Amino acid sequence: MELMQATSSPHIRAPETTTSVMRDVLIALVPTTAVGLYNFGLNAGLLTILCLASCVLFEALFQKLRKQPVTIGDLSAAVTGLILALNLPSNAPLWIAPIGSFFAIIVVKQLFGGLGQNFMNPAMGARVFLVISYPTIMTRFIDPVTDTISQATPLSLIKAASAVSAASGDGPDYWLGQLPSLKDAFLGFIPGTIGETSALALLIGLVYLLVRKVVTWHIPVVYIAGVFGLTFLLDGFDASMSLYSVCAGGVMLGGIFMLTDYASSPMNKTGQLIYAFGAALLTVVIRLYGGYNEGVMFSVLLMNMLTPMIEHFTAPRVFGTRRKGAN
Amino acid sequence: MGLFTFRGGTHVPHSKDRTEKKPIVNCPPPASVFLSMRQHIGAPSTVIVKPGEEVHKGQVIGQAGGFVSAHIHSSVSGTVKKIHNLKIMGVDTTVVEIENDGQETWHESVKRIGDASTLTSEEIRKGLADSGIVGMGGAGFPLHVKLSPPPEKKIDTFIINGAECEPYLTTDHRLMLEQTEEILQGARLIMKALEVDSCYFAVEDNKGDAIEALKSAVGSDGSIQVVSVKTKYPQGAEKQLINAITKREVPSGGLPMDVGCVVSNVATTKAVGDYFERGIPLIERICTVTGSGVNEPINLKIKVGTKLSHLVEQAGGLSDDAVKVILGGPMMGNSVDSLDIPSTKTTGGLLILNEKDARIDEPTPCMRCGRCVDVCPVYLQPAYISFYTLQGNLARAESFHPLDCIECGSCSFICPARRPLVHSIRVAKRQILESRKKS
Repeated sequence: MELMQATSSPHIRAPETTTSVMRDVLIALVPTTAVGLYNFGLNAGLLTILCLASCVLFEALFQKLRKQPVTIGDLSAAVTGLILALNLPSNAPLWIAPIGSFFAIIVVKQLFGGLGQNFMNPAMGARVFLVISYPTIMTRFIDPVTDTISQATPLSLIKAASAVSAASGDGPDYWLGQLPSLKDAFLGFIPGTIGETSALALLIGLVYLLVRKVVTWHIPVVYIAGVFGLTFLLDGFDASMSLYSVCAGGVMLGGIFMLTDYASSPMNKTGQLIYAFGAALLTVVIRLYGGYNEGVMFSVLLMNMLTPMIEHFTAPRVFGTRRKGAN
Repeated sequence: MGLFTFRGGTHVPHSKDRTEKKPIVNCPPPASVFLSMRQHIGAPSTVIVKPGEEVHKGQVIGQAGGFVSAHIHSSVSGTVKKIHNLKIMGVDTTVVEIENDGQETWHESVKRIGDASTLTSEEIRKGLADSGIVGMGGAGFPLHVKLSPPPEKKIDTFIINGAECEPYLTTDHRLMLEQTEEILQGARLIMKALEVDSCYFAVEDNKGDAIEALKSAVGSDGSIQVVSVKTKYPQGAEKQLINAITKREVPSGGLPMDVGCVVSNVATTKAVGDYFERGIPLIERICTVTGSGVNEPINLKIKVGTKLSHLVEQAGGLSDDAVKVILGGPMMGNSVDSLDIPSTKTTGGLLILNEKDARIDEPTPCMRCGRCVDVCPVYLQPAYISFYTLQGNLARAESFHPLDCIECGSCSFICPARRPLVHSIRVAKRQILESRKKS
């Protein structure tokens, strides 16, 4: 009989692996991807395929060149690719996909050490990079109902309504009158990026992630509830405007799939609560008082960078002591 | 009574179905037993017999090597064959080989001492020093030491640990079902020794039949309170069990007695009953022989010192694909590379895994998912301790308090990247203690 060498305990492991976790994220993204493809058609499909392929390819190429083991089998590059695609406007030119993928995988992820080492969410980093580099392309959206190009997202309409002065011809009602119904905003029949329009599809994904214990409620629920509550408090106690603020725009996609990125969010629960609330506050402040009508991108990236500091101040107290674990 | 539990921990697969319904079977006596002088925490025992000497069942053959130590008694009657000096799990160990004459002749010292109503607290504590009883849950801490706290440590809570949270093992479960009364005898003796009026009997709620059996045996005796604790690993870890029931936290680096508690395992408690009511020192115990690597998993009553190979024979032998041998359970047990090793007072399980169950994938990079932080029952951040230890940055690793780790293995178990977290914490601990010794 051949007995294995003695090894250190424990001798059994939980069934989840890095790959199974990433696979679960991909599965959770299926509903919103499906709505995106249904809404936006062929170009959205091509962008999605290109983002997936180029993210995986860039990761493999980089690791080959650096003579490292190629780890595309863990599906993390595919997750980044799909999330990046969901962050693109459906009518963006196809060449934007490899450019964004390069930035996400090579610059944000691999140059900082690969899986787990990126200090910000790769897909969100790439979206910000693209928005700054190609502002026109990245802010023109197709309205899935009329199938025409429109720059007016629900959020930009709300912004315009709050910006009009008494002197200008059109009052706030002119702008708000163009808002899609809340039902359409919830189901996803509004202008936006490929994967951000359907709150319902994204929430189905969240439920799946919670059931599979890929994420806990702390970050997504506090973030989404925080954006709703803070908008309600700071923008005239208007429940319907607060609902628009979470259903239209990137709050659901960002809060469920990007703010929860393991590598760039705190590991302990107290830290996660502070992190998620901070992101909600930043999102609402940018939207209500800043120049942008969308605040998710910058708030996610800013909180990503605060993660080490948040972890430092929220290290759990060690059992049987008053000591904080250092960081 | 509600369900008691602690914060942290994880749900491990029970894998107890192989043996939980199988009654305890007497293991056929081996031709020889091999009694190690290191079966407990503390000083090894000193051999007091010589080769050729005739010994009887229950006779002291190894004298306690100090206060924190315990006697070793012969588990058979027969002749001392040889005194071996062996290396067992990397430790030099003196082992007394006794050839079994099969007569099972008891030594003259084996006779009833008394029970909780006839003995004084003093008599019980003194008597335990000769009983050879040590913590049978795995640690092997001499019981008489545990029950003799310094006068400034007032004990107000005694907890019997029937959690048995380690997967696969069913020895405590079967004991609670089959020898309920003997366990309660021991419980009353320990209560008397500690001079406490009541005790908690904690059982994980996945052992409903044991809870029922205990409740009906306790009957109207209000001094023993049977409590269900949530089925969660490591519910049976001493500090976590105390916290679950009393909400107290054993201070870092401290002992249960620092918060007025004493915890004793089910098997240990039963051994106390056996010693005082029947005069039998700790020479036998229950051991679950199980896992995908044996053909017929079984709960055995074994003589201490029986070789593992003999136990495996009782379980129908090894399966063709058996590859790993573990003394104890899969979470905290030690894996060994041979079956030519004697069982000890703390061998409550012999787990043999086949290739499929034993396989653990190579580690991949940490993705900072935080599961290890969520499950740590002492609220450490294993990922950081491991990260800095592997970097060789011991000072930074130490700032995350690795010395508080109870080595339950929950972090390594849960890690999706298969990182050997608790192993690197052990490395950190050893290096820190070594560097402290030097300075």
